[in-house]
Amino acid sequence: MKINFLHLIRIVRHGWKNIWLHRLRSLLTVLGIVFGVASVIAMLAIGEGASFEARKMIESLGSNNIIIRSVKLPADAKTQQASLLGVYGLTDRDMRKLETIPSVVRIIPAWEMEEDVWYYGKNISARVIGTLPEYQHALNLSIKTGRFFDYTDIQKSLPVAIIGSTVRTSLFPAEDPIGKSIKIRSSYFTIIGIAGEKVFAGASESFVAEDMNIAVYVPISTTKDFFGEYEVKRTTGGIRSWERNWVQYHRFVVQVSDTDKILATASLVSDILSQTHKKQDYQIIVPLELLRQAERTKRIFNIVLGSIAAISLIVGGIGIMNIMLAIVTERTKEIGIRRAVGARKRDIINQFLTESVILSASGGFIGIMLGILIPKAVTKFAGMMTIITPWSILLSFSISVAVGIGFGLYPARKAAELDPIQALRYE
Amino acid sequence: MQQNDSIITFDNVTKVYHLGGIDIPVLRGISCEIKKGEHVAIMGPSGSGKTTMLNIIGCLDRVTSGRYLFEGKDISSFDDDALSEVRQKKIGFIFQSYNLIPQLTVLENIEMPLFYQHLDERKTREKAMELAKMVGLGDRIKHKPSELSGGQQQRVAIARALMNNPLLILADEPTGNLDSVSGREIMKLLCELNEKGTTLIVVTHDAGVAKYARRIIRMLDGKIVDEN
Ligand SMILES: Nc1ncnc2c1ncn2[C@@H]1O[C@H](COP(=O)(O)OP(=O)(O)O)[C@@H](O)[C@H]1O
Ligand SMILES: [Mg+2]
Repeated sequence: MKINFLHLIRIVRHGWKNIWLHRLRSLLTVLGIVFGVASVIAMLAIGEGASFEARKMIESLGSNNIIIRSVKLPADAKTQQASLLGVYGLTDRDMRKLETIPSVVRIIPAWEMEEDVWYYGKNISARVIGTLPEYQHALNLSIKTGRFFDYTDIQKSLPVAIIGSTVRTSLFPAEDPIGKSIKIRSSYFTIIGIAGEKVFAGASESFVAEDMNIAVYVPISTTKDFFGEYEVKRTTGGIRSWERNWVQYHRFVVQVSDTDKILATASLVSDILSQTHKKQDYQIIVPLELLRQAERTKRIFNIVLGSIAAISLIVGGIGIMNIMLAIVTERTKEIGIRRAVGARKRDIINQFLTESVILSASGGFIGIMLGILIPKAVTKFAGMMTIITPWSILLSFSISVAVGIGFGLYPARKAAELDPIQALRYE
Repeated sequence: MQQNDSIITFDNVTKVYHLGGIDIPVLRGISCEIKKGEHVAIMGPSGSGKTTMLNIIGCLDRVTSGRYLFEGKDISSFDDDALSEVRQKKIGFIFQSYNLIPQLTVLENIEMPLFYQHLDERKTREKAMELAKMVGLGDRIKHKPSELSGGQQQRVAIARALMNNPLLILADEPTGNLDSVSGREIMKLLCELNEKGTTLIVVTHDAGVAKYARRIIRMLDGKIVDEN
């Protein structure tokens, strides 16, 4: 057993020598395998990333929720001239109407603004969210220290705040934030809790992927009292550099009683809102639907990259078979000599099969290197999350070895079946 | 008793090649016996079947009819693996055109036969070194065959043939490609091996080479015409 293993190492070493002797030819031969293996790894990494992103998104939005966001429509020239004040988004009336849907358990409204939050000299641009206590459980928010606000805080419109983990680390790198006051616009809020860190799944922030760690949660009654229902935004360009909009709620989190009823509820919500809103100044996000969409994307990627991988691997395999047949012809005399000194057919098969496996496995190795780079580029340029799992590397390497065996067997057999005498006479 | 020290026995051996539907009889009923330790030369004009006979003796080819006994055993029933094992353990080949593997070094060429016996690598290497020295190429082991002269290449081939301590050395026109000086050196080397007990069969059409042998078998058209 030990001897045989050492012998295998020697066969591999001999094979490698022969391949290295013709390294350019070998490299060109294995390009198909290289791209095939790279595609397999890229495919699996993109698929894995997409489903991870989707899962995390569902987790952060809540799988039994429907999210409705107010959307500011680009103002047409006429309205912009007519008034400085835009009106858009979700209202109390929408909320009362939506609450009548039987499958809706409750609607949690939220007011959201991008604000600079100050603590002495330090500041951070955070998402200030005015909402109700139920928001915490609806969106699976954990509290690391302190507490979330409750209905007493709401009733008294107290200036209390819960900060996300990024806000905490940038404003309070060394201090305990609990009990400290932060400044938003011109009002001070006392910190009563710190939210646990949430994995931010998106490669960049978007409507659906939001970084929850830069949030500051405050009672909705307090935001109404302090900031009113106006939002003030800096605009770029033009004479007016400030834009004022009236918006009552930026977001509804609609909790649905049953996962099965989500899609039906979503279409009811859409019907009701379209009756009262002339323009579609809202967006309905169904996390469950997002998951399905992510799976569709993943499937398309798998089909496209899977086909590329399959074609490359087959072409690569044929390339290897082709070169191995050429090598067998080129070394016919050598085969005759080896047979004359006592090599069995099996030894000849081992020799040439080893060479083709070394070829394809080297291609697989280069392909893995390339396959690790592709998902990184996809993440960088397409903003998609990718995850390279060890088993995908193992799988694609095994595929490359299998290709070497599969396409190397015929040439190796052919070499072994040569008549030793004819082979010796070959010039 | 006689059976015991006979290494090769041909009993009415024929060999027929089939080429494009035509039968080409190459050996037509050969009977002979070669004993252990003999030095035999096989002579005859080109095409008389010398190489074919040597290939059959060397278990590279099979008889068409008749019996071939190697060390008293009938070889004709052996399968490919068994024949390979006989070649591997008992026979050393030397060819007219040296037949070294061009991409391997001198040392690697010499070692090659033992590669298939799965022996200890270090011992194999030591033995190959020893043989390289014996044939006078101890300083050329790292060279490729193309960097050696014809005589040197044939000496590498002899070292390779000795790697498995063969009972029998089969040389097919070993001096055919060499000048007379190198040819004599090669024959001296082979004769020394024969004196140490290895059976030696040399195919040649050079009378100068044949005269080293104690026995000459003359062939013509696939038959033995003279034997002494
Ligand atoms: N593999 C083969 N197929 C067909 N004919 C062959 C083959 N090998 C040898 N011959 C023929 O057999 C005859 C004897 O060949 P060979 O044994 O090589 O003679 P020698 O070595 O005496 O010159 C020749 O006529 C040759 O053409
Ligand atoms: Mg001949």
